[in-house]
Amino acid sequence: MVGVVNGIDSVLLFTLVATPFFGAIALAFFPADRHVLIHWYSRIIAASGLAIAAYLFITFDTSDDLSKYIVDFEWLPSLGIRFTLGLSGITVPLVLLNAIIFFGGVLISWNVDHRPKDFFIWLMLLVAGVYGVFASRDLFFLFFFYELAVVPMYLLVGVWGSSTDFGTFLRTKEYGAMKVMLVLVAGSVLVWIAILAMWMEAREITGIADFSIAGLSQVEFSDGFQKLYYPFLMIGFGILAGLWPFHTWSPDGHVAAPTAVSMLHAGVLMKLGAFGILAVGMVILPVGSRFWAPTLIGLGTVNVLYGAISAMGQKDLKYVIGYSSVSHMGYVLMGLGTLDILAVDGAVLQMFSHGIMTALFFAMVGVIYQRTHSRDITVLEGLGKRMGITGVFLAVAGLTSLGLPGFSSFVAELLIFIGTYRTYPILGVLAVIGAAITAVYILRMLGKVFFGPIDEDKWKDLTDANRMETGVAVLLTGFLLLWGLYPFRIVEIIDSGVVPIMERFGS
Amino acid sequence: MMEADVHFELLWPEFLVAGLAFVIFTLDFFLRPERKNILAWVSVIGLAGILAFTIPYLLDENDSLFNGLYRIDDYALFFKVLSMAIGGVVILGSIHYVNRYLTHPGEYYAILLLSVLAMMMMAASGELLTAYLSLELLSFCLYILSGFALQNKKSNEASIKYILLGAFSSGLLLYGIVMLYGAMGTTSFAEMAIFLEGIEDIDGRLLIGLTLLIAGLGFKMAAVPFHMWAPDVYEGAPMPITAYIAVGSKVAAFALVLRLFAEGLLPAIEQWNVLIAGLAALTMLFGNLVALAQTNVKRMLAYSSVGQVGFLLMGVAALSTLSSNGLMVHLVGYSVTNLAVFFAITAFYNVTGKEEIADFAGLASRSPFLAAAITISLFSLAGLPFLAGFVTKFYLFSAAAAEDLLWLAGVAMVASLISLYYYLKVIREMYINPAADGEGSTIQIPGLLYGLVGILVISVILLGVYPDPVVNMIEDATAVILPGGDASTLNLR
Repeated sequence: MVGVVNGIDSVLLFTLVATPFFGAIALAFFPADRHVLIHWYSRIIAASGLAIAAYLFITFDTSDDLSKYIVDFEWLPSLGIRFTLGLSGITVPLVLLNAIIFFGGVLISWNVDHRPKDFFIWLMLLVAGVYGVFASRDLFFLFFFYELAVVPMYLLVGVWGSSTDFGTFLRTKEYGAMKVMLVLVAGSVLVWIAILAMWMEAREITGIADFSIAGLSQVEFSDGFQKLYYPFLMIGFGILAGLWPFHTWSPDGHVAAPTAVSMLHAGVLMKLGAFGILAVGMVILPVGSRFWAPTLIGLGTVNVLYGAISAMGQKDLKYVIGYSSVSHMGYVLMGLGTLDILAVDGAVLQMFSHGIMTALFFAMVGVIYQRTHSRDITVLEGLGKRMGITGVFLAVAGLTSLGLPGFSSFVAELLIFIGTYRTYPILGVLAVIGAAITAVYILRMLGKVFFGPIDEDKWKDLTDANRMETGVAVLLTGFLLLWGLYPFRIVEIIDSGVVPIMERFGS
Repeated sequence: MMEADVHFELLWPEFLVAGLAFVIFTLDFFLRPERKNILAWVSVIGLAGILAFTIPYLLDENDSLFNGLYRIDDYALFFKVLSMAIGGVVILGSIHYVNRYLTHPGEYYAILLLSVLAMMMMAASGELLTAYLSLELLSFCLYILSGFALQNKKSNEASIKYILLGAFSSGLLLYGIVMLYGAMGTTSFAEMAIFLEGIEDIDGRLLIGLTLLIAGLGFKMAAVPFHMWAPDVYEGAPMPITAYIAVGSKVAAFALVLRLFAEGLLPAIEQWNVLIAGLAALTMLFGNLVALAQTNVKRMLAYSSVGQVGFLLMGVAALSTLSSNGLMVHLVGYSVTNLAVFFAITAFYNVTGKEEIADFAGLASRSPFLAAAITISLFSLAGLPFLAGFVTKFYLFSAAAAEDLLWLAGVAMVASLISLYYYLKVIREMYINPAADGEGSTIQIPGLLYGLVGILVISVILLGVYPDPVVNMIEDATAVILPGGDASTLNLR
């Protein structure tokens, strides 16, 4: 293998991707009944990932040459495939996001005692896949890790998930698992077609077989080709991002999944989709993405409104959050669709901020569900009297969700709204209306669950979040406040990654 | 040509395999029933020895015997090695099954060895009649082997069905060869290519001959609509033979088809590639759709392998250096993966005697190893990353796309997606559903099958993580049958 490794930062990046992967393989050889050992091992793996990601984020210098992060190996020369990892201003925050949520997810899973070994193996593979997608600079490996992130979903949801009874019908976890897996792989088929088409076309034009993003972005694809194949990427990645009308897997999947998986799923996995549209679609096919941008922003607006309105009608706590994720991902897609630097910055920040916020939501709902065995808003009235801490953090997540100033979503959504006003004023207004609807369903949910009258007999033994769970909530809340009160640093980093992409659009 | 020009010594590997088969027949007479396992070990060690001898002996040798009837080259060598390896694995995996369910182990192992010989000859044939004879040798061995469970009605039914339909397809094939000979005056691949290059238009005889040839070969490889025998034969045949039919017969059929189309029919690619592409699309969709409805694991795998034939045919339709590589890469990945899944299922069957998908419920707790092995193999068949299937499909589909068959690659991806659903059904039984009442006992697997399945699964992963060495060998093999292409980089300029 002919390879290049450029110093300590690139070694760290490689280690970051490799740790959960090799961690999972090593875990396979642990004795299955040593639960405490398995939990602590997983925490150490997650914590080391968080430490590396934090180091990469803190030391990231926007003026520096990004080649210091490049890890590059020849892998299958006959097809032009190389194993290339790298970082940019867009991926650094997302890698950090993944590390945070993985760490939080492992901690919140302290109560997993059904086959914890298998659970953490699959969870680590999922996380390795996500790191890989963010870090890959070659479309083969990007696709490779993309599928790797999807595969563990089936068993994680199917074995450790929970079913929902709607009275007239039952949404089983097996149904949720199968739906998530098939829909996401269907999305990846579209992506795959587009990847092969771009590879083939580039080979015809330049005569070189090459799967690297950098190489393909230099190729002058014809306008017709770009307009034809960009939708494959937009919809293929869009499915994972919850793009309306392909979003239906997302609430069903989030609800059926166990807490840690819901956190990773809504928190990070959906971001892979938006990241793909930005870092693959818009980078390689600029003409196509400009042509289809109005469609993307239009669908994004529908996402915002449709998700918010659907969330209003839900009785199950997780479905409320599931649809709210659909709605919030709509902001991200709108931001990307504007092709406006401010709004795209906002979209990337929103990916980060929504990831943390929705993870906090799912963590707290997991706390409630574990103690009450119910997620039905009408059953869970007045829990605030018994579960004060949980209530506070659920309120934090809720307020972030409706865009309260001081939390990071406010900054992100503001940037998106401004960018949208500058390009599509009417849709900008609709987006703000979406935020208003968010306030309605969030406040209704909080009011019902925490401030209604409590059934004293039924809930007299109810306990509040324990130290571990509170710790996770504090960690996540810390990041929401940090970027809410001091967004300049992260916006600067994101901006350094967005500007080179946007320069291709001449804005 | 003079006798002296024929290098008979290049046929040593074939002679040795044939000799080994007769040694087994003979040795069978002298062994007491309880010591018949020795036969299997002699076969495997013999094959391993021949393999170790063949590779250095024939590497980079390029010769043709009997005026081009029989080729000795890297392409043939690649498939000889693959055939012997598959034969060895199948014999090893058969030992416990044979002891438990079958009689006459001597004939069983010897006929298996003869079929390995037939596979080796198919890859080396440079002419239609030699190819036909090798194909018939393989078919006759498989007819016998699929009916080897004498007391089992299904096995007998499988054998009879296989013979009847097989004979019919042989008839088609022969008639096709006759028509082609009538039109071209030759049966040698090389002379066919020269003839096809020299003519302007394809006449009716040639077209009918070509169609019959494709139909006859389609029967042998179980391409839709010639696949009807496959599910019944797969279901009825003894489990290791099912694996052998699924893997060995397809490897041999594609070894022959690829050489025939690349060396002989390539100049007329415009005439047949639409036909093959249509056949491929039909095969992959039909195979995978029907597999959805199966409840028996062998039938499900039968339809799944029909679907895989569709993918492989795509490599023929897009025939080029790249897609010939892709086809062979996928063939290797498919073989290793299918052997892994079939022998994991054989290990399960040896203990439980059951083969319905529902019987796999709770396998994750009854035997975590088997459950993991089956899961990894099925995920590989579905084309998920870190496993052979992902890389081989990616290679094959890229190759098809590069030859302007992106639509067919798209159909293949959809077919692949469909297959994921029925593979997940098996995985759901194993990991999510609990075992039925009274079926919760752990499954003890003999060390031999444990090791065999383990090695196959590790190969599936290795091939998925670092396929470059295998790809390099395949590129050398392709360079023989498709000389013009630049196999090392495949860049256009």
